[in-house]
Amino acid sequence: MSAVLPTSGRFGAFGGRYVPETLVPALDELEATFQTAWASPEFRQEFDTYLREFVGRPTPVTDCRRISALTGYVLSAKREDLNHTGAHKINNALGQALLAMRMGKKRIIAETGAGQHGVATATVCALFGLKCDVYMGEEDCKRQELNVFRMKLLGARVIPVSSGTKTLKDALNEAMRDWVTNVRDTHYIIGTAAGPHPYPAMVREFQSVIGTEARAQYLERHGVVPDVGIACVGGGSNAIGFFYGFLGDQTRLIGVEAGGHGIETGKHAAPLSAGSPGVLHGSYSYLMQDEDGQVMPTESVSAGLDYPGVGAEHSFLKDTGRVEYTAATDDEALKAFRWLAENEGLIPAFESAHAFALLQRPGLFAPGTRILVNLSGRGDKDMERASQILSL
Amino acid sequence: MPTLADTFAALKAKGEKALVLYVTAGDPSLDQLPAILEALVEGGADVIEVGVPFSDPIADGPTIQASSQRALDRGTRPGDVLEAVTKAQPSVPVVLMGYYNTMLRPGLSSFAQRAKAAGVGGVIVCDIILEEADDWVKVSQAAGIDSVFLAAPTSTPERLRAVATNSTGFVYAVSRTGVTGAAQQAGDEVARLVGDLKGMTDTPVCVGFGISKPEHVAAVCQVADGAVIGSWLVDWLAQNWREGQGRADLVAAVKALKAATLA
Repeated sequence: MSAVLPTSGRFGAFGGRYVPETLVPALDELEATFQTAWASPEFRQEFDTYLREFVGRPTPVTDCRRISALTGYVLSAKREDLNHTGAHKINNALGQALLAMRMGKKRIIAETGAGQHGVATATVCALFGLKCDVYMGEEDCKRQELNVFRMKLLGARVIPVSSGTKTLKDALNEAMRDWVTNVRDTHYIIGTAAGPHPYPAMVREFQSVIGTEARAQYLERHGVVPDVGIACVGGGSNAIGFFYGFLGDQTRLIGVEAGGHGIETGKHAAPLSAGSPGVLHGSYSYLMQDEDGQVMPTESVSAGLDYPGVGAEHSFLKDTGRVEYTAATDDEALKAFRWLAENEGLIPAFESAHAFALLQRPGLFAPGTRILVNLSGRGDKDMERASQILSL
Repeated sequence: MPTLADTFAALKAKGEKALVLYVTAGDPSLDQLPAILEALVEGGADVIEVGVPFSDPIADGPTIQASSQRALDRGTRPGDVLEAVTKAQPSVPVVLMGYYNTMLRPGLSSFAQRAKAAGVGGVIVCDIILEEADDWVKVSQAAGIDSVFLAAPTSTPERLRAVATNSTGFVYAVSRTGVTGAAQQAGDEVARLVGDLKGMTDTPVCVGFGISKPEHVAAVCQVADGAVIGSWLVDWLAQNWREGQGRADLVAAVKALKAATLA
């Protein structure tokens, strides 16, 4: 098997490793362990078995008939919301936990925004008997109280982060600091396709099961690949895993970032739509930064997209033009959230609702266009917030 | 300002070790920086690291994080930091310490030239490793600025050798796995690390992270060419420096640290 990781850790100009020296040996060890494991049939079988028997894969593709009738498109959804723990996050958490055990590391740390990655990590740690500490911004702890409780119930320790903007970016900072300090016995399960090499490529590989399954399922049902594939992009792990199945096809791929109050207001979390390349969290990628290179505060109704950076491979796919990136505002996402619930019986996570929001924009696609949207997570975690925002 | 090479050569000739002190530019406010640097030099600082505040300092512990945030809240910008250094012109070398993105944003070359014009002798970038440093090394060499790289207790022998041979001015040996911050005890891994580095290069080796007391300084200076103190000083300034008030105490505290390098 050929190496899946570019030896330079780069996607074109993007990616790399911008970290304190202390972490380099751990990143080297992780890269070597991943390469060996990913090339090993035993590891693949172990991973696949847990995906099937614990996570519940494969997740189905559901045809969305009522919204198809309303919009004139032929719409289907890849149901990552049906995974155990409610989102795609567990694909990666599981893969990395298996690697951690191969490396003999007994303690796991993670960062979380919406709490989905934290819950997924706490879950696999409970499954394998690993010690688990999750960093979560104070602001996000408030926004996602239920997930904080779930993590604790699963035996994890949740550490609220009060520095900076008190959201995902700061949770990542704090997890990195913990890792620098405890690197010898701790593995850091980054929840998205960002961070220093080898994380972006490794997380993509663990998430590529989404796109691989989706393509085969769609092809079997419809006899063709979809004309359009859409996914939401925060750090971008669900999107990269989903897109990866279709990069070799003619399928038009669109990533939807968090437009917050609107790109023109500056209050958003859309680095690919309105940022510029820079270095954050160990990687060179698009970033929301000011003219001095300070990272700017972000704004989104969805904690999971509320992040000023993005995975390096998305930056590469943007610049090569293979994937288009756009943004949906909070209002558009909330409208899509309700629309999908009322018309399809699907309650998406606020994050995933951003991807569906594009379907409500008139005339974006020709009638009859076959569209597959990655429904990356379910909305259970957002019920409390939704009940405050929506008057029903 | 003298170069790092001149300073370390002069110290060596006198049989002394270097006291390297870190302050965050903009905390206390930037207009205080010249007076603070003057007091540090009077107390016996041999090299001063001036921290350029960054919004996401992943290599820093709570003290310098909070300090960086206060500096940013006061509106401290990298250009203003260089202006303050230009104004201060202390009689010891100034080394900028910060994160890559604030250098990358204006362009590495522009950053290096402006730093040189301000009299800066060297730069430490907390989040750059040798594999990613080619551009910066070229640019800093062209500008005549030293590039100080960090060596960690986890670095492999190959990596230590690369750091030792590519670092100019001095080599920054990180005393422990971890972020910056005052500690109760200086790490015990450090003697081995310094010994390894000194076997690989003639460039001076200074030890930082977790050093806060004269006894740590004395212990480190048994093996290394200098000791770096950051968080302790940042904390002290935040609590005690009020528009120059506290100056005498600061000079005395720095004198005690300098004395420890001679012990």
